[in-house]
Amino acid sequence: MWMLDRKLLRDLLHISTQAIAIALVMAAGVAMFNMSLCALESLSSSRAEYYRKYRFADVFSSAKRVPKTMVSRIEAIPGVSSIAPRIVSGVSLDVAGMNEPAAGLFISLPDFHRPALNDVYLISGRMVDPDQPDEVLASKSFVEAHNLKSGDHFLAIINGKRQRLQIVGVALSPEYVIQIRPGSLLPDHKRFGVFWMCERQMAAAFDMEGAFNDVSLGLERGANEDDVIAQLDELLEPYGSVGAYGRDRQTSHSYISDEIRQLTAMAWVAPTIFLAVAAFLLNVVIARIIGLQREQIAALKAFGYSNVAVGWHYLKMVFVIASVGAVLGVIFGYLLGINLTRMYAEMYQFPYFRVRLSPLVVVSSIFISLAASAFGAVNSVLKAVQLPPAEAMRPEPPAKFRPSFVERAGIGRILPQMVRMLIRQLERKPIKAITAIIGIGMAVAILMLGSFSLDAIRFIMNVQFRVAQRQQVMVALIEASEPQVVHAFRHQPGVTAVQPFRAVATRIEHGHRSRRIGVMGLAPQPDLFRLLDTHQQQINLPSHGLVINDKLADLLELKKGDTATVHVLEGKRPIVELVVSDVVSEYGGLNAYMHIDEINRLTHEGKTYSGAFLAVDHDQLDALYAQLKETPRVASVTIKDAALKGFEDTIAENILTMRTFNILFSVIIAFGVVYNSARISLSEQSRDLATMRVMGFTQGEVATILLGELAILTLLAIPVGWVIGYGLAALFVMGLDTEIYRIPLVIDRSTYVAAAIVVMVAAFLSALIVQRQIRKLDLIGVLKTKE
Amino acid sequence: MESSTKTTVFKAVGVTKSYQMGEVRVDALKGVDLELFSGEFIVLLGPSGSGKSTLLNILGGLDSPTSGQVFYGDQELTAWTDAELTRYRRHHVGFVFQFYNLIPSLTAKENVALITDIAESPMPPVEALKLVDLEKRKDHFPAQLSGGEQQRVAIARAIAKRPEVLLCDEPTGALDVHTGILVLEAIARVNRELGTTTAVITHNAVIAQMADRVIHLSDGRVGTIEHNATRKSPSDLEW
Repeated sequence: MWMLDRKLLRDLLHISTQAIAIALVMAAGVAMFNMSLCALESLSSSRAEYYRKYRFADVFSSAKRVPKTMVSRIEAIPGVSSIAPRIVSGVSLDVAGMNEPAAGLFISLPDFHRPALNDVYLISGRMVDPDQPDEVLASKSFVEAHNLKSGDHFLAIINGKRQRLQIVGVALSPEYVIQIRPGSLLPDHKRFGVFWMCERQMAAAFDMEGAFNDVSLGLERGANEDDVIAQLDELLEPYGSVGAYGRDRQTSHSYISDEIRQLTAMAWVAPTIFLAVAAFLLNVVIARIIGLQREQIAALKAFGYSNVAVGWHYLKMVFVIASVGAVLGVIFGYLLGINLTRMYAEMYQFPYFRVRLSPLVVVSSIFISLAASAFGAVNSVLKAVQLPPAEAMRPEPPAKFRPSFVERAGIGRILPQMVRMLIRQLERKPIKAITAIIGIGMAVAILMLGSFSLDAIRFIMNVQFRVAQRQQVMVALIEASEPQVVHAFRHQPGVTAVQPFRAVATRIEHGHRSRRIGVMGLAPQPDLFRLLDTHQQQINLPSHGLVINDKLADLLELKKGDTATVHVLEGKRPIVELVVSDVVSEYGGLNAYMHIDEINRLTHEGKTYSGAFLAVDHDQLDALYAQLKETPRVASVTIKDAALKGFEDTIAENILTMRTFNILFSVIIAFGVVYNSARISLSEQSRDLATMRVMGFTQGEVATILLGELAILTLLAIPVGWVIGYGLAALFVMGLDTEIYRIPLVIDRSTYVAAAIVVMVAAFLSALIVQRQIRKLDLIGVLKTKE
Repeated sequence: MESSTKTTVFKAVGVTKSYQMGEVRVDALKGVDLELFSGEFIVLLGPSGSGKSTLLNILGGLDSPTSGQVFYGDQELTAWTDAELTRYRRHHVGFVFQFYNLIPSLTAKENVALITDIAESPMPPVEALKLVDLEKRKDHFPAQLSGGEQQRVAIARAIAKRPEVLLCDEPTGALDVHTGILVLEAIARVNRELGTTTAVITHNAVIAQMADRVIHLSDGRVGTIEHNATRKSPSDLEW
């Protein structure tokens, strides 16, 4: 072995704790990178494969009733490669063991062949028999939520009639990788399920013989989606189409696309922070090592080692540390990636979930960490290389000290000698102090980033489900009905208030931008379902004009006072110009609201309601559920508390898992930065500290100087970290801003405090380790050697 | 020893050197003219701050003069690039420093091997250690060796490459008399047995009695040059 390599190895052993601390910080970054990209690849490749094998459609549309003769005309649209007409209908379910009704979405399957698009994946059982009127396939998530299995029965209210259905098979579909009831924000597998029935039976049950009300299209490669959508809309408009849309507006698809976007962001943001901190630590440590080895470097050069050999020697030291970090990071990243992928597998309904981590990701993560470490060290290494040997032989000129700023300001005299020494130390190397502060601050920031999403989500839940939505139950009717139907709810058990609503499908246009939106007609001063401004104050609905939420306003570039074109997609399908009378703040979806009378005027359908929000006496909920189950016109019942609980159970758990990782990672960063800062201060000041010990200072007093410096750095770093954390959270929030939901920048005070506490504990632990090293200071040895 | 019959190893012409030390400007050499000859033992004598180390560093290619020329044989050292100086040090010069400058993380043998790794025709590290009577301590780390022993390892390290010149900067400066003698004996033995041109810097006039020639330096200039008719062995020096 080359002697220089042997020196390298022994030097590394000498700084092993520091090297490990740095390698761990690096490993955390590489692990995050690999974890995110592993989950990302697994998710997108599983999705792509699933879509391909089960022929996920490209364009979706639904209408009221389209005669089958239209199929060939739709097929003739240029660019369409396949077509799957079907019957889709919402159904209220009565499942054993559940008081409240559940909602089912029934989808027809062709009688004698597999569907051309959106095929089902049969997990167990068999396909439905077209001759049996009561057979269905049920979605896996619903079956699991209710502990059902093939062969079990449940009741459905189909077209007003109670019908006993049998589950003959359990299935999945690429259309419902995530099953969210239309209009809901979160999945609730207990109360919403997807079912497949054969076409013949479904047509009979829903009066759809010779017709369909939903169509999916597959497109040829290179086909223009917008053109196909336009032509499809034109064909289906007379049949009550509410407008076709592509995959980008398909609920399940866009949820996963959002997740993929988040993962992509996560794959870069967090690792960048970690690698930057690691590079900074390497910079500090290597600079110190080179400082200590000035004379060794001089000797090496005096003996004829070239600049390249000397530079490479120190770079190799950096690379060894970075490689250890990178390898650890890849291993942990892969393990965490498997974990995260498993979490996705639970959340999303894929028939298979292959964990994938491409060699390219592994290699590039290693390369990135080597590059980051080289970047961190290059400055010091260059300095070492450029050091003329003769100069290196001479000791470094003594450090310059002068009275510190605090002393010059006049308060120095009241400070004890120790504190003055301490402040001078900090002031002498301001860059070092500042970088250490930023480094420790990063740990605080990462902790905040990991915790704040929970604060934000709690905030949303509170605003959305307690301040804005005060109903316990939302009942949707099969179709818009006369007011008596809704007013009858007032006499149902426990109902204390009823607020009717009228929902209507529209397309809202402004300039060249447009979105398909369900406009909700509400009473002018709604009690239960309230609209809030940005300060969570209730606003009243004006009798004319449109109220839209902030995200829709953004997307359509609308502001208060602008005029939008509203295409009503129901009834007589009028097109009207409406003024935006207000913009409300909401955290989920794209929504628009109008005065309920105004909506009824627009549709020319007289006074009709689509459903109602109900305030219910808590004790009587069960009785109400039982009654609603029997009510034929009820399409679905949404129970607020159930939705909230379902949320807490799933998303909160995932966030908590991620938060545990974040705490672990930020402890690593805090420890890495604090320990390295302390260790370097110790080596810089060991001579002075030993001298003080020789002069009779106690170990405790000497430790105060060193650890006091750390304490000051840590305390200064905390507010800095809060600011960085707030900034990162703001960036994160921007990255998560999607049409499905928005996360507000809300950070609880407890999050700030918790981040500070964790970092202080990490600092305290590293101080303990350094204190042990102070005890081992070789008093005489230090004084005898040449500086 | 008659200098005229010997080949010139080094020739310095009008060498000056000034450098910045913190906030102080130091004029270390103020015009030095000098010749060193093959195989001779030179002592550069002078008080501290007289410019001895600076001169030695320039001869060894560690430093370059502010003005003036230095020749190594018939080549102009002062015209060489950094890479050429590195090659020169690697193959032709052995250094011994006052504070040994051993690599603390390498053993005695490894410290020597550090040089033999990159030299053209080195002697085996153990043989070099034998020349300084330290083969028994070859596996000790610098921290386990006394100052004199460390300096002898440094000498072994310097001569293991079989250099043309051996440059020693206060080799006994940090040592007591007894160990100093051992170190000087090692240097004298190398000069005698390998014929290496040797220059030793010291401010200790006693050591000068070992030399063929004694060059007095003071305040950055060459003063008198003495020739010793006989070289004393280190053990005969009177301290």
